[in-house]
Amino acid sequence: MFEIFASLGLALDLMANGDSAFVRVVAISLELSLAAAVLGSAIGLPLGALVAIGRFPGRRSLIVSLNALLGLPSVVVGLVVYLMLSRAGPLGTWGLLFTPGAIVIAQTVLVIPIVAALARQVVEDSWNEYAEQLRSLGVGTGRAVRTLLWDTRFSLLTVALAGFGRAASEVGAVMIVGGNIDGVTRVMTTAIALETSKGDLPLALALGIVLILVVLAVNAGAYAIREWSAKHHG
Amino acid sequence: MELNIAMNFRRLAVTWMAAAVAASTILAAKDASAQATFITVASTTSTEQSGLFKQLLPDFRKATGIEARVVALGTGQALDMGRRGDADVVFVHDKVAEEKFVADGFGVKRLEVMYNDFIVVGPKADPAGAKGKDILAGLKKIEASKSPFVSRADKSGTHAAELRYWKAAGIEKPQGAWYRETGSGMGPTLNTASAMNAYALTDRGTWLSFKNRGELVIVVEGDQRLFNQYGVMLVNPAKHAHVKKEAGQKFVDWVVSPAGQAAIAAYKIDGEQLFFPNAKP
Amino acid sequence: MAERPSALLRARDLTVVLGGVTVLDRLSLEILPGLRTIVLGANGAGKSVTLRALHGLIPPASGTIDWQGDRTPRQAMVFQRPVMLRRSALANVEYGLAVNGIDGDPRRRRAREAIAKVGLEAIAHRPARVLSGGEQQRLALARAWALEPDILFLDEPTASLDPGAAGEVERIVAAIAAEGTRIVMTTHNLGQARRLADEIVFIHQGRVAEQTPADRFFAEPQSQHARHFLKGELPWN
Repeated sequence: MFEIFASLGLALDLMANGDSAFVRVVAISLELSLAAAVLGSAIGLPLGALVAIGRFPGRRSLIVSLNALLGLPSVVVGLVVYLMLSRAGPLGTWGLLFTPGAIVIAQTVLVIPIVAALARQVVEDSWNEYAEQLRSLGVGTGRAVRTLLWDTRFSLLTVALAGFGRAASEVGAVMIVGGNIDGVTRVMTTAIALETSKGDLPLALALGIVLILVVLAVNAGAYAIREWSAKHHG
Repeated sequence: MELNIAMNFRRLAVTWMAAAVAASTILAAKDASAQATFITVASTTSTEQSGLFKQLLPDFRKATGIEARVVALGTGQALDMGRRGDADVVFVHDKVAEEKFVADGFGVKRLEVMYNDFIVVGPKADPAGAKGKDILAGLKKIEASKSPFVSRADKSGTHAAELRYWKAAGIEKPQGAWYRETGSGMGPTLNTASAMNAYALTDRGTWLSFKNRGELVIVVEGDQRLFNQYGVMLVNPAKHAHVKKEAGQKFVDWVVSPAGQAAIAAYKIDGEQLFFPNAKP
Repeated sequence: MAERPSALLRARDLTVVLGGVTVLDRLSLEILPGLRTIVLGANGAGKSVTLRALHGLIPPASGTIDWQGDRTPRQAMVFQRPVMLRRSALANVEYGLAVNGIDGDPRRRRAREAIAKVGLEAIAHRPARVLSGGEQQRLALARAWALEPDILFLDEPTASLDPGAAGEVERIVAAIAAEGTRIVMTTHNLGQARRLADEIVFIHQGRVAEQTPADRFFAEPQSQHARHFLKGELPWN
C-alpha cells in the first residue's frame, strides 16, 4: 500500500517537474498512439460500417476474422510485423524496423479490429433505424456507409478512443518492433517495462499512473466534445 | 451557416485523408530527418540497463554528429538482429558466439572494447555457504545444498557464461526444482531472484543500478574467471548492402579510440566504476 | 368502371411472408391516377406491409407489381416515425435530392422551396434531430415532396402526433396531392380518412376486402369486415 502512495507522489512530481526525457517519452507515446488511432480508424471505421450494412460474399468470414483478431495476442502481431519489416523480411527495404513508423504499423494492426468491431455495432444499431428510410430514398451501399459513419460520428469518436486506448496501452508488440530505443521508440509502456526490469518498481508504477492520467485526459476531452456536439446536433 | 450535404461528405472524406496523410507525414518526416545520421546498435540489456549508453551516446554524437540508437536484447538475440541485417553494429559480450558470427561472415571484424565482471548474488543468510571469491566452489555448494538458483535461460551472454561456469564446476546441466529458468532479461531475472530469495548470476552493472534487491547481497565476486569481455563489430555490408557502413564503422572506431575508452572508464554509479576499457590500441 | 383509365400501379396476387407468417395473401390492387387513397384495416391486417411491398421495401414471395408506362414512377415514402439524419433540416431535404442525382443550384432551390411549403423555413438550419415530432414529420414530408414524386406512400404519418401537428400534416398531404402526386396512405384515424380520402382500400387478413369511393365506403361499406370495422366492433368477431 505504501508503495502505491509513494508512486502517486512520484507521478505528481514527474508531471510537475518532469525532465525532458520524461516529457519526450510521454510525447512519443501520445504522438504514435494518436497516429495509430487515426490510421486504424481511417481503415477500421469504414470496414466496420461496410460489414454492418453491406451484404456481400465473404461477409460472415470477415466478421469472424475481425472478432478473432480482437483476441490476437499483441506479441504475435509484433512478431509478424517484426518479420515483415526485418531486413530479411518482405518489407525490409523500407528500413522501418526499430523506428516510430514500425510502432505505428503494429499499433494500427491492433487498432483496426477493435475499431471495426465496435463501429460495426454502432453502425448496425443505427442501420436498424435508418434502413427503410435510406432504401426508400434509393440510397446504395456506398452512400449508406458514408451516411451512417457521418451520422454516428459522436459514438464513433468513442470507438476511435477505444482504439487509442488499445494503442497507448500496448507493450508487447511495441517492444518487439520498436526496440525501446531511448528518445526514439521508448514509449510509456516500454519505459514502464524497462523500469520494472531495473527493479525500480515505484518509478514504474508512477509512469503507469501518468499513463492512466494521459489516457484519462484524452478521453475526458473527447467526452466533452461529444456531449457538446450531441447537445447541438441531436 | 449552410450545411450542404455534398460538402459534408467531401469534408468528411477530406478530413479523413488529411488525418491519414498527416499521420504518415509525421512519421516520414521523423525518419527522414534522422535518416542520414542514425545507426542502429544491437546491444545487451546489461549495458543498456547499467546506464552506460546514457553516458556514451551523447559523447559519440558530439564527436561525430551521428545518432546511435540502441536496441537492448540478450546477446543471442542481438547477434540474430545482426544476422538478419536489422542492426548496423553489434556490441555484445559472448566471445565464442561473436567469433562465430564473424567467421560466418555476418560481422566484419570483432574488436575488444571493455570488460566488466559477473557476480553471484544471493540471500544475505547464504544458506548454501557459497560466499567467497571462487565462482566454481560457490556454484558447487549451491548445487549440493539445492538452494534456489534463478537462471536467465535466454541465450544471452550472461546465460552462456553461467552455463560455462556450471560446466567448469563439474555440473554438466543443473536441474531440479531448485534451478529455475526465467527465460527473460537480467532485470526480470533479478526481480524473480529477489522475490524467491534465490541465488543468481548477474553482471555487476545491472546489479548496481538494480533497486528491488530485497534480501539479496553479493555472494561471490572478484574471481578472474568472472571477467566479462565485450566486443564490438560492424555488421558485414557484403551480407547486407543497406548497412550504414561509414557511420557504423565510425561508432566502432570511436568506442575503441582513446576518447571512447575514456568515456567508458568515466562512467560510475555511486563512485564505482562499472566497465573497464581494454581495447588494444 | 366502364371506361377504366389505365392504372398507375397494378399489383397482382402479392404474397408476402415474414418470419414464417403469411402477411399478404394474394393481394391484388389497382391504383388509378389522380386520387387520394386511404388504406384502412384492423391492426395486423397488413396495411403497412402493403405499402412497403408496393414501395419496393419488402420483396413479395410471389405476385407482380406493374407500373404504368416504361419508367418506374418516382416514389417516396413517409413513415410513422420519421428518420432524421444528424444534420440540419435543410440538409436532410438536400440529402434526398442528392441521392436522386439532383445537384447544385436546382438542389438548393428545390430544398428551400419544399422547406418553405411545409412552413419550416425559420428553422431550416436547426439540427433536424432536435426538432419536435410534428416538425420532424413535416420535414419528412418536405424531403419527400422535394423529390416531386408521382406517388407518395404514407404509413400512419400522424399516429405519433398531437391533433394540432396531425392537422398540419393533413394540410400538407392535401397540398402535395393538389400538385398532382398520387397519395396512398394508411391511418387509424377515421376522421382523417374521411377528410383526405377519395377512395378507401380496406384490407382484411392480407387481402383487399374492398376498394370503394370514400363517400360510399363510409355510407355503405360493401364488405362485412368493413362494416364491423366501422362500427368499431372487434374485427376478429
